[in-house]
Amino acid sequence: MNLHEYQAKQLFREYGLPVSNGFAVDTAEQAAAATEKIGGSRWVVKAQVHAGGRGKAGGVQLVDSGQEAKAFADKWLGQNLVTYQTDANGQPVNKILVEECVSIERELYLGAVIDRTTRRIVFMASTEGGVEIEKVASETPEKILKATIDPLTGPLSYQGRNLAFELGLSGAQIKQFSALFLGLSKLFMDLDLSLLEINPLVITSEGDLNCLDGKINVDGNALFRQPKLESMQDSSQEDEREARAAEWDLNYVALDGNIGCMVNGAGLAMGTMDIVQLYGGKPANFLDVGGAASKERVTEAFKIILSDKKVSAVLVNIFGGIVRCDLIAEGVIGAVNEVGVSVPVVVRLEGNNAELGREVLDKSGLNILAASSLSDAAEKAVSAAGDKK
Amino acid sequence: MSILIDKDTRVICQGFTGAQGTFHSEQSIEYGTKMVGGVTPGKGGQKHLGLPVFDTVKEASESTGAEASVIYVPAPFCKESILEAVDAGIQLIVCITEGIPTQDMLVAKEKCDQAGVRLIGPNCPGVITPGECKIGIMPGHIHLPGKVGIVSRSGTLTYEAVKQTTDHSFGQSSCVGIGGDPIPGSNFIDILKLFEQDEKTEAIVMIGEIGGTAEEEAAAFIKDNVSKPVVAYIAGVTAPPGKRMGHAGAIISGGKGTAEEKFSALNGAGVKTVRSLAEIGSGLTEICGW
Repeated sequence: MNLHEYQAKQLFREYGLPVSNGFAVDTAEQAAAATEKIGGSRWVVKAQVHAGGRGKAGGVQLVDSGQEAKAFADKWLGQNLVTYQTDANGQPVNKILVEECVSIERELYLGAVIDRTTRRIVFMASTEGGVEIEKVASETPEKILKATIDPLTGPLSYQGRNLAFELGLSGAQIKQFSALFLGLSKLFMDLDLSLLEINPLVITSEGDLNCLDGKINVDGNALFRQPKLESMQDSSQEDEREARAAEWDLNYVALDGNIGCMVNGAGLAMGTMDIVQLYGGKPANFLDVGGAASKERVTEAFKIILSDKKVSAVLVNIFGGIVRCDLIAEGVIGAVNEVGVSVPVVVRLEGNNAELGREVLDKSGLNILAASSLSDAAEKAVSAAGDKK
Repeated sequence: MSILIDKDTRVICQGFTGAQGTFHSEQSIEYGTKMVGGVTPGKGGQKHLGLPVFDTVKEASESTGAEASVIYVPAPFCKESILEAVDAGIQLIVCITEGIPTQDMLVAKEKCDQAGVRLIGPNCPGVITPGECKIGIMPGHIHLPGKVGIVSRSGTLTYEAVKQTTDHSFGQSSCVGIGGDPIPGSNFIDILKLFEQDEKTEAIVMIGEIGGTAEEEAAAFIKDNVSKPVVAYIAGVTAPPGKRMGHAGAIISGGKGTAEEKFSALNGAGVKTVRSLAEIGSGLTEICGW
């Protein structure tokens, strides 16, 4: 789960970490009022969407009056911002962050992830702030400094000091950076984050550190114990069908092809997409219907798959390990009847009572093709999707 | 011979009296697994499925001499369950549960390593040595005792590989689901080492998927350390970047963890890769001359 910049900064503030004074607003009037509350003569206004590359897309601007702030908010609120990280439709802007403007002396990078190879939370810092860190990592890996957190001891202040010295910081900045490192580590661990990024972390002309941007991803598996973060979830930033699938505990990811896929198991669901492509088709989605594949879930899955108007055939691939395939077949028939599926449905059942399952499908009198193998299913689905065009 | 478990392995179940624990313990007992008891705090002293229930893992392990424990408890409590099993001296922990917070696994895995305990999973189907012992949720009847070792990040893809090796009459020595989470208790290399040493294993099937670099690390390991033929399949060629594909660990992030990178690393290590998951069985025929 992702948070907005303004939410990340709110958390930074709660952890006593340095951020600019600012307000997240929902209306143009509030944007103008925010500049007055903040004071000064120059402000930054930033469209809040779950995507990077906002600056280049016009979603971040410097303004010199409340009027300009209002005009920016008027322009963006209710609109979609398209950046290189979004799809062609962009992401809806429902909030604008109005902040005081700080003068920047230097831009640094500070981030943290859970490294899968070392099985540790790893902090990364770099003097190359404000640019894409993936680029820095691939072109000049020596410029990425790292600190690894031992899960049994937690972060230690010397690790923060080491990073600060290596970044070339001096004087009071060393202490400030060390405190920032400890604070962010605590935040990362307390709140079950999976990714944290401050890019850029700036040194102001007064010599102070300031988290000028903030990106946070939260471990979805930990939301049960992070009710506050769960309430920060902004479903407007998510794909509508994916959000609906999530309500049914179905894993759905939209793709741009025309063959809808319904599969039990995440790995098999990916494998099914891949084999569709191998046979010359294009998968419309990833969908893991789960182990049980009951009629209710299959019905809901069909509804979600078919709400994508591009879908011209559906491939159902179920490996019935413990569940009986004839029961799954009945579930599929029930679902097809209830939803009123008009596109061809190819079903491959394997495992327990697979033969019987295929017989049940064949006798249904519906537009359901029973496949004898996975390859056969992929071939049939691709050809059925083609016929439809 | 087999890896990890055999007909003599004594197994207890944590979360024994719950719906999952009950159903899958029944299936395991039916398969012939030497289940010796289970743990549900507060239900100690009762009998369940004809086996004793204990309040703590320590009591269960002391009274039954269990070497292995299978965990079905809900995700919020799994870290504790794993640590309790470690503390009780269990040597093999198989955690089936999906949805454990990643940071819980950082601690659990570290403690298992320090104690020298082997953890399989979480978010996995478990481990089976066909005809001898089944620990987990895989359907027993599709397996056949035999000569192929299977290691996989995905449950249903493991079943596909099992089915194909059974249909070809190769059978399986042991099958290990290492699970779909970003921090697995055991990785490909851990299991490949065991298959390499196992006399009964003549060839290995490795099933990976997008996300992380475990397959690339396995490829480097295979190149230098595995003499047995390996067939590999990687799921997720068509997965878009930045999207989690069902499994917590199946995500291409920052351009890293793509299926293509993994295929190429494995090809470079001399592994026979198959692009269609339907070709795992025929891939084995091709490289083993069976």
